[in-house]
This record gives sequence, structure tokens and C-alpha cells, in this order.
Amino acid sequence: MNKFINTIAPILILLVSFNGFASSNLDLDSANTDITNKKSLQNGAKLFMNYCSGCHSLEFVRYIKFTEDLGIPKEYVVENLIFNGEKTGDLITSAMPPDGATRWFGGVPPDLSLVARYKGTDWIYTYLRGFYPDDSRPFGVNNRVFKNVSMPDILWELKRSNTEEDFNAYVRDIVNFLDYVGEPAKLVRPAIGTKVLGFLLVLLMLTMLVKREYWKDVKYGKWRAKS
Amino acid sequence: MNNKNWIDQRFPLTKVWNEHLAEYYAPRNFNFWYFFGSLAILMLVMQLITGIFLTMHYKADTLNAFASVEHIMRDVNWGWLIRYMHSTGASAFFIVIYLHMYRGLLYGSYKAPRELIWILGMVLYIALMAEAFMGYVLPWGQMSYWGAQVIISLFGSVPIVGTDLLIWILGDYAVGDPALNRFFSLHVIALPLILVVLVFLHIVALHTVGSNNPDGIEIKENKDKNGIPKDGIPFHPYYTVKDIVAVVVFLMLFCAVLFYAPALNGYFLEAANFVEANPLKTPEHIAPLWYLTPFYTILRAIPPILGSQFPGVVAMFSALLILVALPWLDRSKVKSIRYRPWIYKFSLGVFATSFVVLGWLGMQPVISPEWYVSFMGMIGMKANTALYLILARLFTVLYFGFFILMPIFTSIGKNKQVPDRLVE
Repeated sequence: MNKFINTIAPILILLVSFNGFASSNLDLDSANTDITNKKSLQNGAKLFMNYCSGCHSLEFVRYIKFTEDLGIPKEYVVENLIFNGEKTGDLITSAMPPDGATRWFGGVPPDLSLVARYKGTDWIYTYLRGFYPDDSRPFGVNNRVFKNVSMPDILWELKRSNTEEDFNAYVRDIVNFLDYVGEPAKLVRPAIGTKVLGFLLVLLMLTMLVKREYWKDVKYGKWRAKS
Repeated sequence: MNNKNWIDQRFPLTKVWNEHLAEYYAPRNFNFWYFFGSLAILMLVMQLITGIFLTMHYKADTLNAFASVEHIMRDVNWGWLIRYMHSTGASAFFIVIYLHMYRGLLYGSYKAPRELIWILGMVLYIALMAEAFMGYVLPWGQMSYWGAQVIISLFGSVPIVGTDLLIWILGDYAVGDPALNRFFSLHVIALPLILVVLVFLHIVALHTVGSNNPDGIEIKENKDKNGIPKDGIPFHPYYTVKDIVAVVVFLMLFCAVLFYAPALNGYFLEAANFVEANPLKTPEHIAPLWYLTPFYTILRAIPPILGSQFPGVVAMFSALLILVALPWLDRSKVKSIRYRPWIYKFSLGVFATSFVVLGWLGMQPVISPEWYVSFMGMIGMKANTALYLILARLFTVLYFGFFILMPIFTSIGKNKQVPDRLVE
């Protein structure tokens, strides 16, 4: 009997709560990013190049690509956001030597081109805000979503010199930029989709009218009289 | 007119046009379920064309494959659109095919005289699964690599020749550059060719015996004095104009996914596949894409015997191959579900449910989920740790039960009287 209930009960729950148990691991804060907010993306690009690009590459992204996509003047990028002498057509690579990275941090910092696609924006948002003091770690900090991470709390100065609200907004801009970087097509995709669907809707009406016209003579046998 | 004659003297253009379109008489009562044949052709063409353009930019090389896909997504003009059409297209193709096959089950389209159409369709289905599996390896993400590793290792479980077979398939001791290259070759040349030829044969066989319909009545048994079925209408223009409406509706759904949620929450593109393949780092949870999961669950449901996974592999392939025997397992005199007794409707319902549940289980980890453990704790019972395994076995039994018991449940119960002509 026990075994029977053990089998039947879950089937019932399964049917009732088909989608109710998706978030199992831990509670992530909602990033609430807005990919259509150009200002936030531009600020995110600036913050990323200043705080993150020293260690992390964006090996699939070219400077010129985000420069054009986000409407940032090319001269501004050349003068203020490229720190290692790369050209605007180059891929964004960090200047940190791999063996040095292994010596300093115990590993090469991961490339962040696709981090938003496999971790999700909420994870990054929670992670960047999730550092807390922990004397047992080499940099004196630990992280609540990524236990014993070897990255230092690189944004601590930003956190200290701003209100919590402003700091959250800064982090949100970085996450927004990473979301864009994960899939640049995201900037144009929905808008094109709306146009395509609009076209298909018109086409649907026309094809339905054509179908109705032809099928008028399908009332049994009538089509043959016509031919 | 002269041009037409000129061609007709040299090639049977008018004859082919008439035989397959203008004078191919289809039953006039096709419903919703009959759209999926032409939609499957649409998907095949879409996959072929987008595939040609992807092949122009893709690099079949373990060092460059992942980066070349990102290059397509970012640097190639409209590359993201072509790639999403292809990736969304793969899932859409299977949705269409599953509905197309289910139509066959609903209206007995596999029964005599259409056994060959059904068998050709089943070979097509298996070829399509191979095509999809190999295509999923090409982006060389974590799921590409580990999915291939799991599926290909199944061949290693074959007794005696297993190890040699495995090395022969991979061209190496593990999934690597030789495997990626041959999967690429099979994915873009061998299997598409096989698919196109099989689709051609599938349609030739169909047009020889004529289409079935929701009533399961042979319209060719009632012809007028000109030899035209009384309940038939020419495929062109009537069904061409009708199918075009279905194509537009389908494209609207397709584009909604394509432009607003191309990864469809991990169902069409898994998040873990945006990490490059790493042979040293096994992902927490390996699952094939949704269209292969029912069979993956059957594989996992069978316990190893004498330490060998082979029985599971046999069960998985049997689950596919048993479909081929369907025309001979079904003993009913009636084709359509409309005239069959309740026991057939019930059995088909159980089968469809078991297929969906098996598919869902294939996406879950093997261990029991937390919500179940806490629920059992709440009602004061001990939770079984292998809940999903028990469910997988239960539904595997139901899946096979449908076929094994079919000769029995299709011979009992009272059929409704089938009319001579299509119902108005």
C-alpha cells in the first residue's frame, strides 16, 4: 500500500504543479534590466571596461560592434575605454597574462561574452551584490551565490561611495550590458518580429479570402461543373 | 502553349502536374490534423536552405566550432536570424512530425493499403532523429559534447563488438575532432539526401493509394462515370489554397518563438550549451533536447543486467522499431477513431499520455525532487529516493503495453457502423 501511494501521489502532484517548482536552488534578486534603455547600456559598457575588462575578456565581441550598437562616439571609446592599445575592430581581450592570472587568482578569469546566456541576468545581479566579509578567504571576502569564489569584490569602492540604490543601479547597468553582449541581436530582434508578424497577419487575411473564394464550389460536386 | 508542348514532348511535365496536383483527388473532409504533412515539407525546405547558409560560415573543428557559431550570431549579416531559424526549425520540425504521426494513429492511416507509407514514414522519423542528434553536436557546447558522449557510449554496450564499434564510430577513443567532422559530413550531406529521397518515396506511395481521411473511408470505392472519386476534390487548387492558410498560421507561431523567445526557456536551446565543450568538466545534469527525451527515459528506466547497459539500449531501440509493426498489430476492421469502441480511445489516450510523461521525465534529474520529499514528509510518509525512476518504469510499461496489447483491444468492443460515403 505504501508503495502504491508513493507512486500515485506524485503523479497527482505532478499534474497539478507542472510548473510550480522551477526555482529550486536559491533565491536570486530580480535584475529588472531593460535592454531598450540605451543610457543604461552605455553606462554599463563604461563600467564594464573600467572595472571588469582588466581581468575578463569578451572574446566574441568587437569594440566597434558595441560602439555602433549602443551609439557611443568612436573617439570616446578609443580615448576612454580601450586600455590595452587594441584597435576598434579587435575583439575585446583582457590584458592579464594567463600564467600571471593563475598565480594571482588560482585560475584564468572566465570570458564573459556569454555569461548572461548560461547564468542568467538575475544570477549576475545577485552575485555582484553578494560579496560579504570573510577573513578565511585570500581577499577577505566571500560570496553568497558563488561560494569561495576567487574573485575579489572589485566593486567595493563603488559600493562604499554610493547609496545602496545608486549602487544597485550601477550593477544593473553592468548586467544590462552583459545581457546585450550575450546576444547583440536582442536589440533588434523583437522590433523585427513585430513587423514580420504584422506582415503575416495581413497575409493571413488575404489567404483566407482566397481559400474561401475557391471553397465556395466544393459544396459537393459543384467544382466539377466548373472545370 | 507551344513552350508547354515543347517540354511535354521531352519531359512529362503536364502529366506529373496533373497526377500529383491538379488531378490528384483528395477526400474533401480533411481537418486540422491534415495540415502537418505539407508543414513537414515546409520545415524540411527551411532547414535545408538555412543549413546551406550556416555551412558557409561554420567551422567543423573542435578549436573553432564554438567560436564560429558565435561569429554567425554576431558578425555575419543576419546570421542570428538564419541560426535561430535553423535551431527553432529543428524543434518545430519535430512538433509537426509528432502531430503528423499522431494523426496516423487517430485515423488508422497506417492500415492496409497504406502500410508502406507508414513504414517509409517511420524510417524518415528515425533518420530525422539521427539528423537532429548530429546537428546538436555541431555548435560544440557543453550539452553538444556530453550529449554525444552519453548517446554514442550506448554503442559500446553491445556485447563482444561494443568497444570496437565505439572506436569505429568515433574514429577515436572519445568524442573529439574526428567525430565532429564525420557528424558534420553526415548532418549536411548524407542524412539530408536520405531524407529528401525518403520524402519523395513517401509521397509517391501516398499518391499511389490515395489519402486516408478523418472518416477512414476509401473514397476510391465510390467513383463517378469518369472514374473520379465522388468524395474527392483536386488537391490543386483546393488543398493548396487551404494549406497556404495553415502555413501562414504556422509561420506566425514559429516567428513568435523565433523573434521573442528563440531559446524558449531552455527547451529549444539549452543554457548549458552556451558554454564551450570541456571534456574535463561534466555538467551537473545531462539531458538531450525534448524531442529525444521519451526514448532517453526508456533507456534510463531499464536496470543494467550483469553490469551491462545493453538491455536499456535494446529497450530504447525497440520502442522506436515497434512502431513499424503497427499495421499488423492493429486487428480492427475500422480505421478511424470516430467509429472505434471506447477501449481504443482509452488505450490511445494512455499511450499519448505515457509518451508525453516519458518526454517530461527525460528532462528531469534522476533523483527525487525536493518538493516531493517535503510533501511526503508533510503527510508523514517516507519518500522514495528514486521517484522518477519508478515513474519512468511505470510509463515505459504503459508505452509498450499499448503495442503488445493492441491485437487484443482492437479485436474486442463494438465498432460503430461506418457509412459508405463521407459524412456531410
